[in-house]
Amino acid sequence: MTIKEKQKEVIGEFAAFDDWMDKYSLLIELGNELDSFDEVHRQPQNLIEGCQSKVWLHAELNDGEIVFQGDSDAIIVKGIVALLLRVLSGHTPDEILESELFFIDEIGLKEHLSPTRSNGLVAMVKQIKAYALAFKAKMG
Amino acid sequence: MAFDIRKIRADFPILSQEVNGKPLVYFDNAATTQKPLAVIDAEAGVYKTINSNIHRGVHHLSNVCTEAFEDARKKVAGFINADSSDEIIFTRGTTESVNLLSFSFGETFLKEGDEVILTEMEHHSNIVPWQLLAQRRGVAIKVVPVTDNGELDMQVFGELLNEKTRLVAVAHISNVMGTINPVEEIIALAHAADVPVMIDGAQAIHHLPVDVQKLNSDFYVFSGHKMYAPTGVGVLYGKRKWLEMMKPYQGGGEMIDKVSFSGTTFNDLPYKFEAGTPNYAGVIGLGAAIDYLQEQGLEEIWAYEHELFEYAKEKMQTVPGMRFVGQTANHTSVISFLLGHSHPFDVGTLLDKLGFALRTGHHCAQPLMDRFQISGTVRASFAFYNTKEEVDRLVEALLRVGSMLS
Repeated sequence: MTIKEKQKEVIGEFAAFDDWMDKYSLLIELGNELDSFDEVHRQPQNLIEGCQSKVWLHAELNDGEIVFQGDSDAIIVKGIVALLLRVLSGHTPDEILESELFFIDEIGLKEHLSPTRSNGLVAMVKQIKAYALAFKAKMG
Repeated sequence: MAFDIRKIRADFPILSQEVNGKPLVYFDNAATTQKPLAVIDAEAGVYKTINSNIHRGVHHLSNVCTEAFEDARKKVAGFINADSSDEIIFTRGTTESVNLLSFSFGETFLKEGDEVILTEMEHHSNIVPWQLLAQRRGVAIKVVPVTDNGELDMQVFGELLNEKTRLVAVAHISNVMGTINPVEEIIALAHAADVPVMIDGAQAIHHLPVDVQKLNSDFYVFSGHKMYAPTGVGVLYGKRKWLEMMKPYQGGGEMIDKVSFSGTTFNDLPYKFEAGTPNYAGVIGLGAAIDYLQEQGLEEIWAYEHELFEYAKEKMQTVPGMRFVGQTANHTSVISFLLGHSHPFDVGTLLDKLGFALRTGHHCAQPLMDRFQISGTVRASFAFYNTKEEVDRLVEALLRVGSMLS
């Protein structure tokens, strides 16, 4: 699936819920189900410290595709991390660099990606793109 | 209930709205308080009817506006019982008041090897300005620790005071926990060692009657926006003897007596510390807030808020996993808490969706968070427009949020 298709799939899943609390229940569930973060990667250079919560992000290049691992100390943030990884992990640097993230907005979680919400997510998205750029340069 | 809560709530138009489809419950009063119509109208009224630069013109509007501004200064002086309105310096807020003091007091009196005493429960705005001073002048900062239940360790304070101490700067009330510090005792001990004291009253001024002469504090700082006044206005109260000796903070218009390139002389108090055009509309709004608070009565406000706080404490304790951070006998209407192992951000985010405005995080008091080895708390802070019904709704919401996050 392309990044765009994955985003549409996520939007479809969230569309089933009208109530905010149900949307957040789903996020919490996704956070709880996120693959556990490899402890060897829990290093200061992988830590994105927001004012409110922390995010860890690790990236590896695997056959030309970037595989991300992520984590957060706040479960709602972790749920959003899970969504971002589902959408962006396993794609080539070019695909990631060309992608436009619209699903966060569409499912009504825009506030969590606003620069004033210092939960580490904005920096995480920037970091994902930075990894893509770096890996692209490396691949020549 | 000493006063008519429905009437009071009607004075605060912002309270009657919905957030996320739920009636707003505003429990973030320690961050900033809402403004009554009397204050909003007073500030807007300046721009509608008397706006003109103050202390400058010979014309009618300038005179009226200047008079209203200086009238507000007198109200502030009366409100905290300063000896004279010359001792009231208007700033942008508590933060600027502390910066002004640390600069002007520091430049005038401090040298390498001198010490300033702070406490572990200070807001960053009463830490960082002193650190900047410490870097500038080689001054050492000494810190009074906080005990497990959230009180200052007064024994250590006594030990820290010595012949090198030049100033003590301490919060009247902790912004995180609501602990009321024994400022009378701190001031008495410091004065016995010939050390002046600055009290950060940001969290106290709207809860307790403050009498700076009775307290005998040398400096007392606070913000307008936490006392139902407009944002962008603060106060530095200082005893005349100190203010007169202190060097100016910022240079500019208003603060000067005569300017020439061979040397400039400075204006008298309080203008010496008020460079540039001040936020006169905000100051006039602050005067209106003081009128409003005095109409309600500080004693009545304290009694009502305290009753609400005791009620909230009792009810919130029934929520499974509820853990209060810092519980002391002497307390204002602030409850900092953790819910089971839930992250404060998660609790705050879900409460927001249920219409509640609470603060989460480290509350600009990271040293205190380190002290308790936590990354943050959720904080509910009450004002006299809050009600027991709102507390009941919070408890209900906490039960729901707690079960979602467990």
